[in-house]
Amino acid sequence: MSVVERILTRAVLEITQGSIVNLGIGLPTQVLHYLPDDFDAQIHSENGILGAWKQSAPENMDPFLIDSAGAYVSLREGASLFDSAVSFAIIRRARLDLTMIGAFEVDAQGNLANWKIPGKFSPGIGGAMELAQKTKRLVVLTTHTDKQGRPKILEHCRLPLTAKACTDRIISDLAVIDVTPEGLMVREKLVDISNDELQDKTEAKLMFTAEE
Amino acid sequence: MKKNRTLEDAIAAIPSGATVMVGGFGNPGTPFSLINELVRQGQTQLTLIKNDANEPHHGISRLIENGQVDRLVTTHIGLNKTVIELMNQGKIDVQFHPQGMLAEKIRTAGSGSYGFLTDIGLESEITQQKDVLEWQGQTYKVEMALTADYALIHAAQADWLGNLLYQGSAINFSPLMAMAADHVIVETIDLKQPGHFKPEHIHTPGAFVDSVVELKALTDDYGILDHHVRR
Repeated sequence: MSVVERILTRAVLEITQGSIVNLGIGLPTQVLHYLPDDFDAQIHSENGILGAWKQSAPENMDPFLIDSAGAYVSLREGASLFDSAVSFAIIRRARLDLTMIGAFEVDAQGNLANWKIPGKFSPGIGGAMELAQKTKRLVVLTTHTDKQGRPKILEHCRLPLTAKACTDRIISDLAVIDVTPEGLMVREKLVDISNDELQDKTEAKLMFTAEE
Repeated sequence: MKKNRTLEDAIAAIPSGATVMVGGFGNPGTPFSLINELVRQGQTQLTLIKNDANEPHHGISRLIENGQVDRLVTTHIGLNKTVIELMNQGKIDVQFHPQGMLAEKIRTAGSGSYGFLTDIGLESEITQQKDVLEWQGQTYKVEMALTADYALIHAAQADWLGNLLYQGSAINFSPLMAMAADHVIVETIDLKQPGHFKPEHIHTPGAFVDSVVELKALTDDYGILDHHVRR
């Protein structure tokens, strides 16, 4: 199983039946394709959809129906379509049960940085700030380290923040980690790795449950 | 009053230096035909307000690449490397807003109000201290309404009174912009007589619309983009 498949396979377990979920651009949008076809969840897309679903076959694809990342989607029964002000009213009024979102950096306080690398990457924040700040439960999907092998789970984020103290859980390719008032608590390991090895790949101090 | 205009006449009303809102989130809702006519006519020094910059050589990216745009007010241009490059070279001034804030600034203007208070981005580098105020013991950011001289809107269907209906995810910013701009120019492939649509199905009432352009056909611009099809 690839690194990405491992993250997505675990991420899909976060979605509870009957919930309203936003899947952010990048890794999270791919979670949709891991959901069983009969799964009872309403996928919100910030461009104005509640009830987005998997892409149709090419002959049925609607050029006027995309998700926030630009990919063509379909609608489930009971879906609704609305303007951008209504879409963000849903977000700011905290009607989303869960948002899954990507990260450049996430830290021990649950701070998230995922929109700007000064001098290198600044395409704009899009809907990320409001999603991160206002969703009831925010789960970050990220590789544990970057392409150079440097930790992405830090003591303190160094990049400009998307939102402060917004993250509830981090799912990496190595572990599931909760942000708690005491710090980062490892809940599950997704690969065979010792506590010391996992700590070595993480800048922030990790706590492990007693049975580990 | 009939609001039908030819494509050429509708766009010729826009002077150089105008501020123009453009509907659309990605492809859906982007009024490609109105934009392509603006490229042909060549008005310059425009300020554009749009959620994104479309994709290279497509939609408003054509106006930007053609040097007609001084300033872009937007939320995310990550799908347009060409415009990111022009921004980094200092050839276009780009102002970013959180997406829901841009929508709400436009909605506020369209409702005839001047601003609103929010807690979005209070602790972000996007927020400047001058925009923060205390009110009854709470701290807020002040967001001002955003108006424009013109709005360019794609409607799935319209009548010649300017009543509009949108489809799919092509609604996005269009009904908000149609309310917030002083002059609203609409394109549609499906223009009907007044009375054709059920009154309660109309998204944007004709009071907000100034010109309606009937398109003969939807060009390839409106079609499926292959790189967004999942393999």
